[in-house]
Amino acid sequence: MKHSIKLGLYVAAAAMFGIVSSAGAAEINVVSWGGAYTKSQVKAYHEPFTKKTGIKINSIDYSGGLAEIKAQVEAKNVTWDIVDVEMSDAIRGCDEGLLEPVDASILPPAPDGTPASKDFIDGAILECAVANIVWSTIFAYDKTKFKGDKPTTMADLFDLKKFPGKRGLRKGPKANLEMALIADGVPVKDVIKTLETPAGVDRAFAKLDTIKDSVVWWEAGAQPPQLLADGEVVMTTAYNGRIFNAMATENKPFEIVWDGQIFDMDLWVIPKGAKHKDDAMKFLVFSTETAQLAEQARWISYGPARKSSNALIGKHATAGIDMKPHMPTAPENFKNALQNNQDFWADNQDQLNERFNAWLSK
Amino acid sequence: MSDTTASPGQITASDGMSLKAKLAKATRRSKIKALLMVAPLGIFVLISFLVPIAMMLTRSVYDPVVSETFINAGPLLARWDGKGLPSEPVWEAFAKDLKIGKKNKTIGRAATRINFDLPGSRSVFTKTARKIKRVKTGPYKEAMLKIDKRWSNPELWMTIKRKLSPITAGFYLNAIDMKYTGTGEIVSQPDQRQIYIMLFKRTLWLSFLVTVFTIILGYPVSYLLATLPMRYSNLLMIMVLLPFWTSLLVRTTSWIALLQKQGVINDLAVWLHIISDENRLQMMFNSTGTLIAMTHILLPFMILPLYSVMKTIPPSYMRAARSLGADQFTAYIRVYLPQTLPGIGAGSILVFILAIGYYITPALVGGQDGQLISNIIAYHMQKSLNWGLAAALSSILLAGVLALYWLYNKLVGIDNMSLG
Amino acid sequence: MALPSHVSLGERLWFYFFRIFCALVFIFLIMPILLLVPLSFNVEPYFSFTSGMLSLDPKAFSMRWYLDILQNGMVNPEAAFSWDWIKDSWANGQWIHSIKNSFIIAFFSTIIATTLGTVAALGLSQSNMPARNLIMGLLIAPMIVPLIITAAALFFFLSSIGLSQTYTGIILAHAILGTPFVVITVTATLVGFDRSLIRAGANLGAPPQTVFFKVMLPLITPGVISGALFAFITSFDEVVAVIFLAGYEQRTIPRQMWSGIREQISPTILAVATIMVIISITLLATLELLRRRSERLRGITPH
Repeated sequence: MKHSIKLGLYVAAAAMFGIVSSAGAAEINVVSWGGAYTKSQVKAYHEPFTKKTGIKINSIDYSGGLAEIKAQVEAKNVTWDIVDVEMSDAIRGCDEGLLEPVDASILPPAPDGTPASKDFIDGAILECAVANIVWSTIFAYDKTKFKGDKPTTMADLFDLKKFPGKRGLRKGPKANLEMALIADGVPVKDVIKTLETPAGVDRAFAKLDTIKDSVVWWEAGAQPPQLLADGEVVMTTAYNGRIFNAMATENKPFEIVWDGQIFDMDLWVIPKGAKHKDDAMKFLVFSTETAQLAEQARWISYGPARKSSNALIGKHATAGIDMKPHMPTAPENFKNALQNNQDFWADNQDQLNERFNAWLSK
Repeated sequence: MSDTTASPGQITASDGMSLKAKLAKATRRSKIKALLMVAPLGIFVLISFLVPIAMMLTRSVYDPVVSETFINAGPLLARWDGKGLPSEPVWEAFAKDLKIGKKNKTIGRAATRINFDLPGSRSVFTKTARKIKRVKTGPYKEAMLKIDKRWSNPELWMTIKRKLSPITAGFYLNAIDMKYTGTGEIVSQPDQRQIYIMLFKRTLWLSFLVTVFTIILGYPVSYLLATLPMRYSNLLMIMVLLPFWTSLLVRTTSWIALLQKQGVINDLAVWLHIISDENRLQMMFNSTGTLIAMTHILLPFMILPLYSVMKTIPPSYMRAARSLGADQFTAYIRVYLPQTLPGIGAGSILVFILAIGYYITPALVGGQDGQLISNIIAYHMQKSLNWGLAAALSSILLAGVLALYWLYNKLVGIDNMSLG
Repeated sequence: MALPSHVSLGERLWFYFFRIFCALVFIFLIMPILLLVPLSFNVEPYFSFTSGMLSLDPKAFSMRWYLDILQNGMVNPEAAFSWDWIKDSWANGQWIHSIKNSFIIAFFSTIIATTLGTVAALGLSQSNMPARNLIMGLLIAPMIVPLIITAAALFFFLSSIGLSQTYTGIILAHAILGTPFVVITVTATLVGFDRSLIRAGANLGAPPQTVFFKVMLPLITPGVISGALFAFITSFDEVVAVIFLAGYEQRTIPRQMWSGIREQISPTILAVATIMVIISITLLATLELLRRRSERLRGITPH
């Protein structure tokens, strides 16, 4: 009833006065992946940044890819100022001239004086991009769905006999092919070498074939926890932070299996010709400082891209859980991990996407 | 002036002009007037519809990126005989182009294009471009081979040579599951990469099914609407027009709510003990979902033309057939049905045209085996950014649609198109 | 079509079968749309009827999803309801933003489409129009060409002239998509138009413009308005072109629904859908009134 009164008053008020939004001072459009992840950035980056500089931030969600950046750059009407992208897109976007180069010398050193170039983990600073987090594709399951044994290895994701039920997988070849090979017994260090051979690709698809009929495909990062919670699937691949978030803040009975995790970095990039390039650059520098990266890790379980931030990681901001053991890079989780191979995917994504699409439609 | 002055015996107007000439003049003037009235929209449609489509379709055969990037090496490579590896001047020019490409950030675009034809070759270019700036003097062949030994692959050079020509049939070949080999022959894609022909077939098949279903569901309803007294049929007509006027997304949303596993239909079936809670039906994210939702969405497009045709058939024809001794069934088949054929034709072509271009509904409820050709066009526009292939697929689809449109015009006439 | 008493049993059965079949088709047509309405008042975030809803328990119903339309995207949605709350929602609410956009874009594209379409239809209906069929075919084409092709083509075109991701670009795109409907409806009105009325006007000494404004325009107005309504609803519902052409700033209601359905479908979408259905009903009712008025004006009575 309260709601309807509110609604009524709202409509009346809006009708009586033509309310005009107050056009503000400086602002930038920050684009990211939405949901719990964007929230962690808002808390750790956006709010302190606005407080410090007075620059307002509009937070925009997208679901990855270079298409929109490319469209804006080609149209010479770039409305996005800074974008959180995957490594492969950062590299490809830079190669194709869609991104502004970033001068790494403007990144401040760690509090103890270590220069930024040494403080960031390997591969975190690129020509046109600076990494903020390390994230990982893992698989997770609903504890209540399995009475006896619980899944512990990547092979269990593909084992319908031992663990019957639907699986959620990301709709695309990336990560799925690697995971299929790991599950098929290929040692993590040989996975990419195997995938580079046609026989290796066949082998990965053959493994995927074994569960194809039981797969629910997801596209956006917010979907897998939703699929698990709704009981549409019993286990699903997912971004580790999303699952952690559902466990920590919504008390979902989920469990992450770290075996065979595929980790990668997310990076900030600035589209070529961004309208507020200078402010965006300021934001990039500010958000990748040691303190901010450590603060983000209090909101979502993604590892900071600076080594100096690791020591500062504390407890989760609201749930009070110690965050360190939930990071993809925690030693316990990192035993059997594979880094996403950019060169391989840059070379082969077109043909593998095509093959994957063909495979899906059959 | 011979035609304006009246010859004797002709009827003249008051100003002495022959009536025929006067009429011709008036006709010409009204023709010009009519054309002038159509002109604003005509120009608008031409500039912001027809020209853009034509421009997009050129992308399916025209791709100058590679020739623009390898501006120095291009002419030299064009003269290469294709045997073994090119000679040193080509390598030198190539190194120069790679340096420029790296500086201008154009190398990635060219590499992507070549990678479409020769998968796995992208990094040859990007890697070499990164390292080549350290190489100041020749021989460049050795230097480049040291950076990446894949430069010794003649197939790579053949592919570059072919891509140097800005006019290409490659996208069309790709769109019909064919490709060039390294040596320039045209062959079928390997089995596991064949997808587009299958998608075209599926699109046609699904559109055909939707058309058949809309006829089965729409024909009786149109008949009822056409034969009921006006006050009832007007009321029932609202049930046809409301879906017609409701947003496509709204209707798709409601089908999601109805068809999903935890949705209304499954709940109802479980509640009625038709199925058990564990065995809920999978009606969405497959071609069944696409079929149901598309039939629903396109049904009004079948009913409305059928109705307007049936409305014009006098009921006395049927009565005449009956009184001449035909039973209900015979009278119906021999007398009524043939007269409704134009309506069936009009509705079918309209539904079929709309169905083969469908995008939104399959994307939302189609899942993996309910995707149609439009969805893969959108995929190449937005995700893989292979715009040439998207244009090639589009032009094939467009050709099909225009052929049907032409047929529609022949059979029905576009001036007879009505909207409820 | 009542059943006479002399028909055979088979015909009788057939008659009932036919009636039931038709009833089922009508249910198929209308049910999905009507079902949305109660579902949008669900207190739970589900897409199905809860047992509470079925037993009509007032606690199982709520306006929360409608409130969410206002709140989503607000800086401070938890604040007490006040003038500032309204301002916040009006300025920052994501759905509110897209609702504003939808109306702005539909309004302007309708004006363009209706003006150009009506003038062209008047030209097309001149008895001396050369190549009428060909020109008509071209003008109707935007309705026939698959949207994905139009959208992709416009994306390249508008990008090349710097209009992609602008309001102007989307308004132009929607105007193009709306014109065929205006051309068709106005042409249809003119087909039934009695040309002797023009001659009568001229005979009585009226100059052409007077004849146009006093005789012709009032008679074709219902056709023009229904064409305009078609153009409006076309723009209002259109999503494919918006996906390709709109930036974040220009998001419309269908665009917002599209990403909502793809990512995380919440009952807020059902609430928005319900509002859209109400808008459709309003437009449909307007159209029906116009049709009746037009028939009355032309002296055609329902038969």
